[in-house]
Parts: sequence; structure tokens; C-alpha cells
Amino acid sequence: MARRAWYWLLALPFIALLDVPIYDRIDPRWAGIPFFYWYQLAWVVLTAALLAVVYVATRVRGR
Amino acid sequence: MNITVAVFAALVLFASALGFTAARRKSGELRDLQEWALGGRRFGTLLSWFLLGGDLYTAYTFVALPALVYGVGALGFFAVPYATIAYPIVFLFLARFWNIAHERGYMTVGDFVRGRYESRMLEIAVAATGVLAALPYIALQIVGMKAVLAQLGGVVALGGGAMPLIVAFALLAAYTYFGGLRAPATIAVFKDILIYATIAAAIVIIPHALGGWHAIFDAAGRALATPLHPQPLLIAPQMQFAYATLALGSAFSLFLYPHAITSLLSAKSADVVRRNAALLPLYSILLGIIALLGFAALAAGIHAAPNEIVPILFARFFPPWFTGLADATIVIGALVPASIMALGAANLFVRNVIAPISGRIPSASAAATKWLTLAFCALSLLLVLYMNVKFAIYFQLLGGAWVLQTAPAIFFGLHSRTIPARALLAGWLTGMVAASYFAVSDGFSPLVAFHIGNFSVTGFIAVYAVLLNLAIAFAATLLLRFRPSEIEAA
Repeated sequence: MARRAWYWLLALPFIALLDVPIYDRIDPRWAGIPFFYWYQLAWVVLTAALLAVVYVATRVRGR
Repeated sequence: MNITVAVFAALVLFASALGFTAARRKSGELRDLQEWALGGRRFGTLLSWFLLGGDLYTAYTFVALPALVYGVGALGFFAVPYATIAYPIVFLFLARFWNIAHERGYMTVGDFVRGRYESRMLEIAVAATGVLAALPYIALQIVGMKAVLAQLGGVVALGGGAMPLIVAFALLAAYTYFGGLRAPATIAVFKDILIYATIAAAIVIIPHALGGWHAIFDAAGRALATPLHPQPLLIAPQMQFAYATLALGSAFSLFLYPHAITSLLSAKSADVVRRNAALLPLYSILLGIIALLGFAALAAGIHAAPNEIVPILFARFFPPWFTGLADATIVIGALVPASIMALGAANLFVRNVIAPISGRIPSASAAATKWLTLAFCALSLLLVLYMNVKFAIYFQLLGGAWVLQTAPAIFFGLHSRTIPARALLAGWLTGMVAASYFAVSDGFSPLVAFHIGNFSVTGFIAVYAVLLNLAIAFAATLLLRFRPSEIEAA
């Protein structure tokens, strides 16, 4: 895959977090925490993972 | 002296001592500005991580965020999406900014604007905006410290807490003056160990004592519910756009602040910047947990000034010695960013406001920048001691909306120069006036509602202002493009 194509993965956190109606609800809860909160916390972890993937995939080797 | 105050004082003094070790180690080279202000641009992944973490996740965040959640519920949680989408922005744009800055030897956003657009007017505009936004931010770090000192009492409450604040800030100013960026970088490592310990304890002890998260959310929901807002644990449908714009606008402005750029440029390579974009979200998880402490305070039935609920929670649920540690964490968490903010703002002001006005090329000497760093520390302290805290909060809010108005000049300058300096300047001016007007017209609320017929859209003032800013910049670009041909035709 071309380097630039990988960057499109980084659009996902924007869509997932800025489209508020998709996660603005209480259920399902996780460990008692309403969906609204754990969904956003889960996206912190997912965003870090996506950044790690894109970093490794687009790294210029030999430096 | 009780055990809480003793532990607190010992840890804060130890952190200050760490700051001074940074000054002693490199004293010979510290006369060079690159060395003093950017740590010689040699920080690796780990030190950059500590430094950026210490810089972006400030004491004020740790005090104000739970305070916001405590006061308004779910809307206060916007800091979590904000501190998440900020990192793809760092990865995609700021790594490139690092490359350009490194190649050309830029030390500030002002240098970048001067180099890219060859416009000293735009350089002064962007730099002055950054300085104006940084000052209230430093002041709010002191507000965070004050909230802790007020809770501690005893020796640290001397003169209503003013005495220890002055001592802490004198220490801060001194080690920043002597050690430059290496001083807060060294303290940041220590500060982070304390933060992780405090949060780990808070997340285990506090929910357990309050009957678990389910009970905490239910109790907090009941405490916050009003007839107008029956579901305070969620965002009301008419506020969802506001929530998204608060997150997006804040994410784009985060790295336009002088302290963020200073820490960013101290990294030794663009690769370090990219790696940190993937590693820094770890702090955002802490941020989310800390925000939830606002609900814990509601569930615990704490009635206090919102800024004081975190120290009160610590005092109620932690053993005395650990309360001292947790309180010291907040104060040290204020000293690190305050130091970097004063340093970054001073550097920006000397290089990109004073130098272009006085017509001299910024000299390599750090003397003027060092003195101005001291002046900014003193100014912020005076702001807190003699002005209303509300004023500092309003000023900081306005600063956040202002700093986003410099975004077009920076982000467009990364890839091309299609938008000329004059168009960007016109956009910036429009954005600054609009942001100020929106803020003042609605009693300093970060949100403003627009009515179109029966339809009303509430959003973040900074985002509305930057949309106007962009519209003017694009329109001016078109006008400037077409004018020369018209003259030719005539």
C-alpha cells in the first residue's frame, strides 16, 4: 500500500468521536460505566493503536 | 506540622532541587539560546514523552476538568475526545512542522511564519496572539496550586496561601532562568511518577469506597439532574454539535500554544514526534479518569467550590501521608507547565514581537529571553494575587479562542503558500474580533448559539470565529489574485 493511503486510517478517530449521536447513550454499560464514557476512553486506546500501525507502516527505513 | 503538610513540602522542595540540578549540569552551554530554550533539540522519545506529557496535561487540567464535570456533567468530558484527536493532528501535521523548523533553524511559530510568508506583520500578529494566550494559562496554573494550598492549611496557608505561592514561583523562576528547558524536563519525569501513583490509587480506592462506578454514576446523575436537563450524564441533542466543536477546536489549537511548540521542537527528530503521537494518548486515559472524579465528588456528596473538589476528595479518601503526595503532585504538575509556558512565551515575544518592531535581528544571546521569562512569571503571579480568579478564567478562555485564529497561517504554511500573508492577516483580524465579540456578548461563555429561523445551532466560539477567519482569508486570496489582471486590462 502506498504511504499516503495509510494516513486515511487516521480519519477514523475523527469520525468516531465527532459524530456524537452514535455514542450519546447510557447502555450498554461496562463495569458500571455508561457507554458514553467507556466508548470515548476505548477510542483513546484505539487511536493510539492506529497511530502505532500508521507509524510502523509509513516509517522511512534506514534512518 | 502534620504528616500531610510534611510529605507535601518535602516532595515540592525535592522537585525544585531537581530543577536546579539541570541548571548546574550544563551551565557552560546554557548561554546559547538553542541550548537554553530548546534543550539543544536533543530530547529522545522518552524524555519528550515526559516533557510533552508534563506540559500538556497541566495541574489546571487536573483541577478544572473534574470541576467542570462536577458542575455540568457529560459536557465537561469533551476534553477526552479533544485529547484524542489532537494526536492524529500531531502525527500528520506537527511532524512536518518539526522537519521544516529543523531544516531552517526556526525556534517558534513566529520564525516559521516569517520564513514561510516573508511578512513581519503576520509574524507579529501570530506571535502576539500566542503570548496573549499563554499568560492567562500560566495564571491558571497558579489557581490550581492555590486550590491545593487552601486545603492543606498549616504552614502552607501563610498569608492566605500567598506566601507559599510566592516561594514556589520564586523557585520556579530561578531554576527556569538558570536551567532553561532542561529544568522542567527533569522535573517532568518525577512529576509523572507521582501522577501515575496518584491516579492508580484514586481509581482503586475512590470507586471502591463509593460502592463502584455504577453507584457513582447513578448518584451523580441524580445530583445533577434538573427539569431542564433531566439526563446530565449524556449530551442533550441540541448540545451535541457544541460538544463536537469544543473537541475539534481545542484539538487544533493545542499545538499552537507556545509551550507546546517549545516542547515539540526540543525533540531530536521528526520520528520522535511521530512516536510520541502514538504514546501520548496514555495521558489522555488518565485525563478521562480524572474527569470522572467530578462524578465521584458528586456521589460522595461534596459541596464545595468546584476547583476544590479534587483536593477534598484526596483528603477524604487517602491516608494523610498519601494526601500530601497527591497534593504535591498537583503543585509540581503546575510548576512544570508554568515554567515551559513562561519560557516559550518569552522566547516568542523577544524573537517575533520585539525584534521585528525594533528592526534588529534576534541575537543568539539568551539574556533578554531569560529576563522576560522572569517577568512573565511575576506578571502571572500578580494576575492571580490581585485579580479575580474569574478574570483569569475568562482571559484563558478568550486566549484559547484567539490562538485558534493563528491556525490557518500555520497549517496552510506547511504544504503550500497559496494563501498570501495579507489574506491570512485579514482572516486573523476578523477571527480575533469575532472571537472576542462572541465571548463578551454572551457573558464569557465558550458557546454561542446561532439562530436561523426556528433552527438554532450552539457551537464553540473559537470554531465559529475560525470559520469566519477562513472565509475572509479565501475571499481575500481571490481578490488579490484577480486585482493585477484587472489593472493590466485597464
